[in-house]
Amino acid sequence: MKVRKCKVLVIGAGPGGYVAAIRSGQLGMDTVIVEGEKAGGTCLIRGCIPSKAMIHAAHKFHDLAKHAKEGGHMGISIPGPAELEMAALKGWKDDIVNRLNKGVEQLLKKSGAELITGWAEFKDAKTVVVGEIQIEAEYVILANGSVPIELPFMKYGDGVISSREALDIDEKLEHLVVVGGGYIGLELGIVHRMLGSEVTIVEAMDSVLPIFDKELRRPLELFLKKNKVKVNTGVFAKGVEKLDNGKLKLNYIDKNHADDDSKMQSVEADRVLVTVGRRPRSEGLAPTGVALNERGFVKVNDQCQTNMKGVYAIGDLTDLGEMLAHVASFQGEMVAEIIAGHNRVYDPVAVPAIVFTEPEIVSVGLSPDEAKEAGHPVIVGKFPLAANGRSLTQEAEKTGGFVRVVAREDDHRLLGVQAVGTHVSELVGEWTLALEMGALLEDIAGTIHAHPTMTEMTHEAVLATLGHAIHIA
Amino acid sequence: MGIFAFKLPDIGEGVVEGEVVEWMVSVGDSVKEDDPILSVMTDKATVEIPSPTDGVVKSIVGEPGTILAVGQVCIEFETDGEDSTPAPIEEKVEEAEPVKEVAPVETAPAPTPEPVAAPVAAPTPVVVAAPGARPLASPAVRQRARESGIELSGVSGSGPAGRITHGDLDSWKEAGSPVAAAGPSRTALTGVTEVPVIGLRRKIAESMTASYSTIPHFSYFEEVDITDLETLRVHLNASRADGQPKLTYLPFIMQGLVRALGENPVCNALYDDEKGVVSRHDAIHLGIATQTDRGLYVPVVKHVEAQDIWTSASEMQRVSQAARDGTASLGELTGSTFTITSLGRMGGLGATPIINKPEVGILGVHNAVDTPVVRNGQIVIRKMLRLSSSWDHRVVDGWDGAVLVQRLKTLLENPATIFM
Repeated sequence: MKVRKCKVLVIGAGPGGYVAAIRSGQLGMDTVIVEGEKAGGTCLIRGCIPSKAMIHAAHKFHDLAKHAKEGGHMGISIPGPAELEMAALKGWKDDIVNRLNKGVEQLLKKSGAELITGWAEFKDAKTVVVGEIQIEAEYVILANGSVPIELPFMKYGDGVISSREALDIDEKLEHLVVVGGGYIGLELGIVHRMLGSEVTIVEAMDSVLPIFDKELRRPLELFLKKNKVKVNTGVFAKGVEKLDNGKLKLNYIDKNHADDDSKMQSVEADRVLVTVGRRPRSEGLAPTGVALNERGFVKVNDQCQTNMKGVYAIGDLTDLGEMLAHVASFQGEMVAEIIAGHNRVYDPVAVPAIVFTEPEIVSVGLSPDEAKEAGHPVIVGKFPLAANGRSLTQEAEKTGGFVRVVAREDDHRLLGVQAVGTHVSELVGEWTLALEMGALLEDIAGTIHAHPTMTEMTHEAVLATLGHAIHIA
Repeated sequence: MGIFAFKLPDIGEGVVEGEVVEWMVSVGDSVKEDDPILSVMTDKATVEIPSPTDGVVKSIVGEPGTILAVGQVCIEFETDGEDSTPAPIEEKVEEAEPVKEVAPVETAPAPTPEPVAAPVAAPTPVVVAAPGARPLASPAVRQRARESGIELSGVSGSGPAGRITHGDLDSWKEAGSPVAAAGPSRTALTGVTEVPVIGLRRKIAESMTASYSTIPHFSYFEEVDITDLETLRVHLNASRADGQPKLTYLPFIMQGLVRALGENPVCNALYDDEKGVVSRHDAIHLGIATQTDRGLYVPVVKHVEAQDIWTSASEMQRVSQAARDGTASLGELTGSTFTITSLGRMGGLGATPIINKPEVGILGVHNAVDTPVVRNGQIVIRKMLRLSSSWDHRVVDGWDGAVLVQRLKTLLENPATIFM
């Protein structure tokens, strides 16, 4: 067996691992990164990026319907209804994914990091075997990521799919049933609805996206209703049966009568998409001796150090920070620098989170309720998309929506910003920076916001918080 | 039920073994995950090993004094699990969990001073900083504070809403804490107490032997007139701001050493005698030999060259207190480039301090004594401070050691020049 010794070994080339490897390479450290599938990880290959591509395409198709008749919307008409070729759509999406995959491979190469393809098997914390190569490292960065949680009573396969397979569907579905109304289920559910399939969502909690407050959820719930996405909340999925006609039947039951089989309901589907969360991919780490918490996340400190000296863990695998790609990337870059001797810790003030539903929902920092709970004297201001010129010109106001600012009443320190609405996700950069810089409402009020853009809403929502918004009565 | 065999984790920089100091659990005890189970001593520090799992202790390996190798099974638990995975992954989840909750902005109206809680040198630094009071500062200011070793919770911000600015960092000063002391009986006695030389005592014995048997020490003594420095010290203490620490002689000596070592890099170095390489360091990391209840520790004040006298004073107090409290982290007990051993309270005419290998020099500081000396043909009373130094004669010539000590003497006798 060939032995490859290196300074830094990264396990997993997702958005955490590949960033760690590039930074490690840039810093002149002999770096090896091992990936079992394609460089890019869940985010680039089977998550964030392909789902955003599908969302974009679904919007296009959905919008064309408004023009598919004489005297169409905006005076733009097309001769007949738009046609959808799912296999071609999947191909277009795959091209984007492949381009990003190649880009990541190029970036790794340029940084000097060596990408080894294959599944890493740990001998001990700092020795892994990949095929015929044994890799021995001084430092190890675990970036194994996460995988969709599988429900034990309805395992994946035979039409029961995870987000991964949902992104590779190449035929038009009559009816997609989504178990789990979290952000992944909603994003993919809305895509298929916009592409013309019937969509039913089955959720155990009393609302979809329960992590967001009612006010933020409202425009999304209206969109689902208006677009005839069937939402069944407060019900437990109980399992699937294969029907003679090749379809699946999902059984579900009111959670208050979960033991009473006579209350069982069911829905027929071509596919049942299960999106009930993700779990860390920490199986296989036993030989390393790294400590896991009760939910299987690798325990790390604020420098992403595990209990094993010289072994770091980042991203979805760890108990530090949210399961978000940008958290993993930040930690990856940080850990490479820590190994190189820099003094860094993971101490963000605010981590932005975005749900790419239609309308989009964005949150960074504290919501009004969270701020009150934390003991802050709170003031809140809102500004609707309907009063923003740029939103009107791109029909972003159609789904309702607003920007909401949360600040301290006494010193006007910004505590958080949330928004719901079409195209609002790109606004979050300014809000996050403002929170990290410790900005006051007056700092944002005193910053000129370009016209005509949607960023003006941030300015106006801040003015509204101060009690003197201009463009709303 | 399953058996979980726990191996002694890799606990430190190059540490390959540790000595059992104490088992906090016995066979048959029920333990919870993260409960401390074992205290082991390494070359550098004593670390507490937390339990990796919930379970009942089935067997333990080693009594106090036993050396355990890293990777050796040291304890076995009976756990509810099936195999030796410490935490089984939950498979059954009924509802969606879209994202882990959005991180709260941990903020407070005013920076409340947090007790300087030096982390216990535990091998599993798994606890993420507790939410609570968090000072308002931009990422760049936070990073600069981290690099300068400044605890932001102790800095008051001049910006809007108490935001800490780069300017505030420039003018930052911090308080330290005082020091504790101890004291010691006529009958013919016949008892003999055998004290096993284990733990820290053995480590001290080994490192002293390693140093003294390989390094040809030469020692050099000098007397310094600190009458003027004493005037300055009394003045600074009388006029110090709230929160500034009381100055002893040591911070002045630390600051003087920054200059003297900077000019004589041959003395601020680490000698790897196996590789035959002397590494001269630009940074001045001063080890402060500190007597504790458990024996001699050398906590380190890092980057004294980047500190003013107040910071040096508070940092020295902080690390030596952490060493006394047993809360000093591994990082706070390693990395010195030169060591000061203060013999101040004990006085003494002179000493031949043993070098803290792989350093190449050590400075002993005695107490200051009012002494009759001759100045301009007259006998006058001056405050005299004795210094004892030892040097590694393999790589530091007698001349170099003497030059350094004489330079330090000139600085201390003309205290203004320390700061110019």
